[in-house]
Amino acid sequence: MKTMFQKIWERHEVVPETADTPAVLYIDLHLIHEVTTPQAFTLLRERGLKVRRPDRTFATMDHSTPTRTEQVFGGVPFSIESAAKQVRQLEINCRDFGVELLHLQHDQRGIVHIVGPEQGLTQPGKTVVCGDSHTSTHGAFGALAFGIGTTEVGHVLATQCLLQRRPSTFAINVSGKLASGVSAKDMILAIIGEIGVSGGTGSVIEYRGSAVQALSMDERMTVCNMSIEAGARAGLIAPDDTTFAYLERTPRAPKGSDWTRALADWRTLPSDSGAKFDREITLDGHHIEPMITYGTHPGMVIPVSGTVPVKRNDPVFDKALAYMGLQPGQPIREQPINVVFIGSCTNGRLEDLRAAASVLRGHKVASGVRMLVVPGSQPVKRAAEAEGLDRIFTEAGAEWRESGCSMCIGMNGDNVGRGQYSVSTSNRNFEGRQGQGARTLLASPLTAAASAVRGRVTDARELLNG
Amino acid sequence: MEPIKQIRSRTAVLPYTNIDTDQIIPARFLTTTSRAGLGASLFADWRYDEQGTPKADFPLNQSATQGCRVLVAGRNIGCGSSREHAPWALLDYGFQAVISTEIADIFRNNSLKNGLLPVVVDEATATWLLANPGVEVTIDLESGTLGLPDGKKVPFPLEGFARYCLMNGVDELGFLLSRDAAISTYEKAHA
Repeated sequence: MKTMFQKIWERHEVVPETADTPAVLYIDLHLIHEVTTPQAFTLLRERGLKVRRPDRTFATMDHSTPTRTEQVFGGVPFSIESAAKQVRQLEINCRDFGVELLHLQHDQRGIVHIVGPEQGLTQPGKTVVCGDSHTSTHGAFGALAFGIGTTEVGHVLATQCLLQRRPSTFAINVSGKLASGVSAKDMILAIIGEIGVSGGTGSVIEYRGSAVQALSMDERMTVCNMSIEAGARAGLIAPDDTTFAYLERTPRAPKGSDWTRALADWRTLPSDSGAKFDREITLDGHHIEPMITYGTHPGMVIPVSGTVPVKRNDPVFDKALAYMGLQPGQPIREQPINVVFIGSCTNGRLEDLRAAASVLRGHKVASGVRMLVVPGSQPVKRAAEAEGLDRIFTEAGAEWRESGCSMCIGMNGDNVGRGQYSVSTSNRNFEGRQGQGARTLLASPLTAAASAVRGRVTDARELLNG
Repeated sequence: MEPIKQIRSRTAVLPYTNIDTDQIIPARFLTTTSRAGLGASLFADWRYDEQGTPKADFPLNQSATQGCRVLVAGRNIGCGSSREHAPWALLDYGFQAVISTEIADIFRNNSLKNGLLPVVVDEATATWLLANPGVEVTIDLESGTLGLPDGKKVPFPLEGFARYCLMNGVDELGFLLSRDAAISTYEKAHA
């Protein structure tokens, strides 16, 4: 009886691990972007090495790219010259080493973790790596997917392999079902609140249970995406008919008889019943509420209806609250805000935009609040426009942009101002993450959109039901 | 990579838990295509004020920490982003080892690959080190121990292959490239 992780791991052992050496693990798909690869390509050049499998390597640009249409398509220069240089370097590296690239103006370009699944490159049972910690997103398809550093990017480029010690396994069951108005983002924030930001260290999490099985692929990606925020190496969800229905519509999934063969294989991947995990916990899905962070890491999270905790003799906690400008014991609801960001590899997919639009429809963004909506990819952008979502956003007073990481990481000039409060659908509320001195409150697209309408932290159910 | 056998240094202490890689090196410094010179931006938003003036109360701006090559931090240092710029910045600044009760996975991997030694110690040792900045410690790779001023040697875990690579200056890429035949065999079997 094996776990899904074990099955995928064993399929990819080129050389199994021993007491003296880690396993040589084969990588099926290597996704690359402009920020964490330039130094790896430099290494290849210095050592006279080629990319071993350009056909298993796929590049996009997302972190430092602009989101203003005139900068993406109109020839207006990037706001940050070093970012423009980095993007040019990726073009040169992909050309020189024969790697397929979704260039800045490509109609399929987007955030690396949105593009991989959208293209159908991310498939059950694959090993997927990328020089980005949110690579855990791809685990939503039952792929073993994890973030690596630039040295390891170089290893994969040169050998298509990584040296890895086997991580432990951690089953997180979410039973029952989520209440109406409670989303996948709330589920993962509640999980991180429960196990803490290092609760998953050293392990691969498998999310299980009826509340997880009921999620759509977009929602599953939101959950797996934030596995790293619990410190885990990767997150996995067993592939099922929901997964297969999604994949069947993607351009690069297997076709015809290859599809039939792949499907038969994918159905063997889920953990065997009775397979043992190193650790296991269960949360009741019914009890999960809309969640929001109040501090400076994703584990500092409470229900939107809750109050900021009170802790004595904890200078690190005090430092976090001082940075956030919040008081112990204060309700988080009604906290005035300045910025709302809808987007990122956590919540930049079509269903996320639909959720935000469902709240905004017929409303205006509150006076004094800036709302930025950044689709996760150009295909997401077009699909949203085909449904008229862009008009709902712009008529409400939000900015509608081209795709990219944007205000999640603020590398392209899309920043939150010093001292400003941002309700963000992204994944990290670290100090300065969205800009120097920015104060980030992580939440779902529903909560973010409702907060934009009222200019204060708001439970979306008040607007949806009221 | 230069072989590392032993590191002997006074400690600099950052008594915060969950120091994420966005603090170690903020994202705005990642639009570089080189790994050089990142030490100047290490902990930039904790180290400098809005005008770029060093903040006097930040430990790395104090004379006592100058020249320290060992950083002691609260639990779970290196969480968050996979940016290898974090160990690059720490090394460029002059650190050679990081001590904590917990070190996040990707940061630990990235550190090992660059010769920045991740040293995970027990709670009591960490609490003592956090409370006593500036003590001289000796990190010995051969014995896998952290030597404290009172002569006590605290063992720390270090994966055997990583230890071998660090002590012999072996680069893992060379090791992987030497497995070329096995990789080709695997690729043929899984084509």
